[in-house]
Amino acid sequence: MSINRRNFFKVLGVTGATLAVEKKVQGSTNSNEDVEFYGILYDSTRCVGCQTCEFSCAEANNLPEPEDYPEIGVIRKTNESRRTVVNAFDTSKGEVYVKRQCMHCNSPACASACLTQAMHKTNEGPVIWRGDKCMGCRYCMVSCPFDVPKFEYQSPNPKITKCDMCFSRQQEEKVPACVENCPAEALMFGTRRELLQEAHKRIAENPDLYVNHIYGENEAGGTSFLYLSPVPFEELGFNTSLQQDSYPALSKGFLYSVPSIFVLWPIMLLGIHKATKNNSPKNDEDE
Amino acid sequence: MNKAESIVLNDNSSIKNRWKFLRNEFRPKGKMFTWFNVISVPVILVGLVIIVIRFWKGIGSVTNLTQEVPWGLWIGFDVVTGVAFAGGAYVITFMVYILNLKKYHSIVRVTVLNGFLAYVFYAGALLLDLGRPWNVINPIIGNGFGTSSVLFLVAWHFLLYMIAQLIEFSPAIAEWLGASRARKILSGMTLGAVIFGITLSTLHQSGLGALYLMAKEKIHPLWYSEFIPILFFVSSIFAGLSMVIFEGSISRKVFSDQISAKNHKAHSVIVHNLSKICAMAMFAYFFLQILVFVHGKRWNYLGTPMGNWYLVEMLGFVFLPMVIYFVSYRNKNITWIKVASVITMLGIIINRLNVTVIGFRWDAATHYIPSWMEIVVTLTVLFTEIWIFRWVINRMPVLRESPAWVGENH
Repeated sequence: MSINRRNFFKVLGVTGATLAVEKKVQGSTNSNEDVEFYGILYDSTRCVGCQTCEFSCAEANNLPEPEDYPEIGVIRKTNESRRTVVNAFDTSKGEVYVKRQCMHCNSPACASACLTQAMHKTNEGPVIWRGDKCMGCRYCMVSCPFDVPKFEYQSPNPKITKCDMCFSRQQEEKVPACVENCPAEALMFGTRRELLQEAHKRIAENPDLYVNHIYGENEAGGTSFLYLSPVPFEELGFNTSLQQDSYPALSKGFLYSVPSIFVLWPIMLLGIHKATKNNSPKNDEDE
Repeated sequence: MNKAESIVLNDNSSIKNRWKFLRNEFRPKGKMFTWFNVISVPVILVGLVIIVIRFWKGIGSVTNLTQEVPWGLWIGFDVVTGVAFAGGAYVITFMVYILNLKKYHSIVRVTVLNGFLAYVFYAGALLLDLGRPWNVINPIIGNGFGTSSVLFLVAWHFLLYMIAQLIEFSPAIAEWLGASRARKILSGMTLGAVIFGITLSTLHQSGLGALYLMAKEKIHPLWYSEFIPILFFVSSIFAGLSMVIFEGSISRKVFSDQISAKNHKAHSVIVHNLSKICAMAMFAYFFLQILVFVHGKRWNYLGTPMGNWYLVEMLGFVFLPMVIYFVSYRNKNITWIKVASVITMLGIIINRLNVTVIGFRWDAATHYIPSWMEIVVTLTVLFTEIWIFRWVINRMPVLRESPAWVGENH
């Protein structure tokens, strides 16, 4: 039997329908190259470890105030009730403080992992979480190379929590709470381009003070949170072996192969079906 | 054959008769105190209590998941491993409907049923693991089409593949209900559903591996490579077929009254031929693993504990069963083929757990070990699935021949 018209259109219809569904899959991650992301530059040479950022973060987000303090040898971690922490490190240049929170990647793994776009890289720069979309699958946590998103395991109505760079404050033309309240001017808010210029300027003007590396300039494809440090970043507990490409690029190859398989497979399968159908049934039984 | 069937044969039966038939069918059949029932019922009851606690007090109250290891046994075993075992359905439908190898026809229905139930229950298990399950329809209704997400693809594929498998199986339901016209329409859709289903399976079997591509630094380098999707796909072929062999040999004992003498005899031939396909697929997989290993220059991991564990997996649970499959194919030794299928299935469990749980955050200070409650819930899902499977087998023409009115050409 040859392929008749009806069958042909039937299969074509099935293929077409799947393509319609799958077409969007190949849409890559946010590549807002004409958009200027806002970000924060953190200068650990200026930070005095006073935790004002932690307190103002807790206040801005209605979270409990921190009860512990930075201590050498203790790595405090962010969790579902605190979105930023300051840690102390004993380095080759003495005690150095480091504030940690979401890095707000340019091309975030969490947002590209999210199947409902609950994790979302805004055009302004902050990566935000939207509870009306999130189904709580925690794939963002699996994907994030910085282990930033946290999950409320003890709640029947759990949220994913993380720093959102005070997105709602930014909407009101205010700077993030931690930046506004930092007494040591260790935090600076601005567009990513301005911040990188400023960071390079500080390194150039004070080459003895800073290590010549802006963490976040290239890590994970670039982040909106940028770090300056007096010592190599490994000494401050940073993962310096992260890839320079963005993380969503890792699954891009797979996603790109999807449409071609959806076109080729059905046609090939139907072809094999037609080809083997004419075989004498005896061959099959004897095998 | 039995009372139910005699009612079905009366095609002009009144609604009252139909109703009587259905009521009769939903009544339990068979012995109450089989060893399976005695074990599974208490487990399922405890599991249901745990599920209530989980929705009442949160996921953390019953699982050992942490902020660093957010996916545990429920994803790594129930979903990722379970779906690999359900791969038999696309392989067998490929052989029967695409390659037209009619000799495998007698196991199509039971394999598709197995696959369909596996997907229904593993998708169900997924709901338990979702923190906000009421939002599960969002990627379907478009409250955020996260099209750059591999999970978006997998979610859609689960849904579509369940529909495709239901269509593939639906003629059996129509035969059970005695709906001859519906049966004709539904069997006409089989080829389309099969082609669609195989395409979907190719993509989401590999997609389950692709989920972990972004966790590059979190998975032990011996199990992480850009080839995870291909490895997952190839291994799903022999994982599914080993499940078919294993399930077939159990079904043949438990449901022996359902199977005709002809199919009883045919089964050994089928198992024998499947062992060859398994051996070849495993050879391809083993070869791919060697390529990945050499290509990734992974020699220096071999001395470590994880390296030894890797060797155990590759040699003990891939190479060894491959050889057993091959040798027992040559010797036509059905018993050893079954042994190989069990070792292969253990190997698949080990492999999937190595990627998703054991090798995930292998370097962390504290390791994730599933709580007993996670294990009980996993068993609950498994046992409930077997209950439904048995219920369907005892009622619909899955293992037994179709009713006489269907005719020869089905």
